[in-house]
Amino acid sequence: MKHARVTYAGAVHAAVAHADGLQLADGRVVAEDAVVWLPPFEVGTVIALGLNYADHLKELSKELTVTTQDEPLAFLKSASALIGHRGHTRRPADATFMHYECELAVVIGARAKNVKRAEAMRFVAGYTVANDYAVRDYLENYYRPNLRVKNRDTGTVIGPWLVDAADVPDPHALELRTFVNGRVTQQGNTRDLMNDIPALIEYLSSFMTLDRGDVILTGTPDGVVNVNVGDEVVTEIEGIGRLVNTIVGDAVFGRA
Amino acid sequence: MSASSHTLLQAPSSLSPRGTVYGTLLNFRDALQALGDQVNAAPYKAPPKAPVLYIKPRNTWAAEGDAIVVPHDVDELEIGVSIGLVIGHSACRVDEASALSHVSHLVVVNDISVPHASYYRPSMRFKCRDGFCPIGTPVPLKAASDPDALTLVVEIDGREVQRSSSAGLIRPARRLLADVSEFMTLHPGDILMIGVPGHAPRARAGQRVTVAVPGVGRLSNILVAEGAA
Repeated sequence: MKHARVTYAGAVHAAVAHADGLQLADGRVVAEDAVVWLPPFEVGTVIALGLNYADHLKELSKELTVTTQDEPLAFLKSASALIGHRGHTRRPADATFMHYECELAVVIGARAKNVKRAEAMRFVAGYTVANDYAVRDYLENYYRPNLRVKNRDTGTVIGPWLVDAADVPDPHALELRTFVNGRVTQQGNTRDLMNDIPALIEYLSSFMTLDRGDVILTGTPDGVVNVNVGDEVVTEIEGIGRLVNTIVGDAVFGRA
Repeated sequence: MSASSHTLLQAPSSLSPRGTVYGTLLNFRDALQALGDQVNAAPYKAPPKAPVLYIKPRNTWAAEGDAIVVPHDVDELEIGVSIGLVIGHSACRVDEASALSHVSHLVVVNDISVPHASYYRPSMRFKCRDGFCPIGTPVPLKAASDPDALTLVVEIDGREVQRSSSAGLIRPARRLLADVSEFMTLHPGDILMIGVPGHAPRARAGQRVTVAVPGVGRLSNILVAEGAA
């Protein structure tokens, strides 16, 4: 089953995929473009992975001062940075390099502490697509990546659907693709995750209790390029969803 | 155990702060000074420019009296006294003059860390362990003193081991709110900590740690060894 959270006709609704768009919990069937899409679940702690695909590590290695890691590079974001499918993301006028990151998002379904690898997948509720933007102009070498790069309003797009884990037989064999204005700019496969999903759950739950609604953004492969105001960015993961986002400028936000 | 995504459509269990708890790195002058010339060398290459924040996630939130677990592989924890600015009204691009009108309460916070020498890309293990963010009872801002003229105290087993002041922060509360809200909106229920004084005291399992800000509150917790419960 594919789940969504949307606003329609003055209220927030839980919905599921339907042949004609979405079916709201109250029975109404509505078109995909008739609703406002929210993140598809109540978002708890947002954990993101840096450099979790070998090719992306190579791509960014010029700016790294450490090249080998003995544990996953995980960092946190606030749920308030998240927006839904068909949302608009602000590109600050002074940025020279703002890029998308197509990521498989793993949503936790039950409280998890000290979970071993063999048990880890039982704690996964489902999967969705994330597009986690970064504005590299603002990168500073303290607590990288600093929140000014990675925790901006509208900076993380997530959805459209939360797909039940039971409907994803192998989350480690999914094609990822990003399209900018219809042209493929990024391609990868979740088989190339350096730390796979059970490894991430085992690692994180070894020091923190994961809970229902927490989400792990598992990192992005090679192929990040700058985007500009007016661009349509589509991040797509096979069997999970096709997440659409539009880049907008400062003026929309009343910024000179 | 079943992990149905249907349950995710309900609100998460209720927890004391309603939003996100942010910490501010190196906002006390003595904390930045402790780095000395290192700020100009690799890996930092320059002193911090914009506010550097981090997040204390919901698993770290704890209350007065809760036992804080010292992981088995470390001897001591850093006890970081801080003042949290509790957001009452959404703050987006606020100016210094009106910044405090977006703050409803002040609260004393113990920002606990596993000691770590590098601020470059520290592991989440150092700041995000369960229980590593005891939070006190918020007091209305109007009843509290000026957030830029408060005393911050750490006591270990009843003995004062650190005394600092929020006067002379690199970014005083109003400026911090202005600079942070330039790039991200602070929402009602969020807590923005003003920073932690330099040379944070360390404590070990078995000790009682207290952080106190006269006029705002006191918060005491016991450190316990992992597996000792």
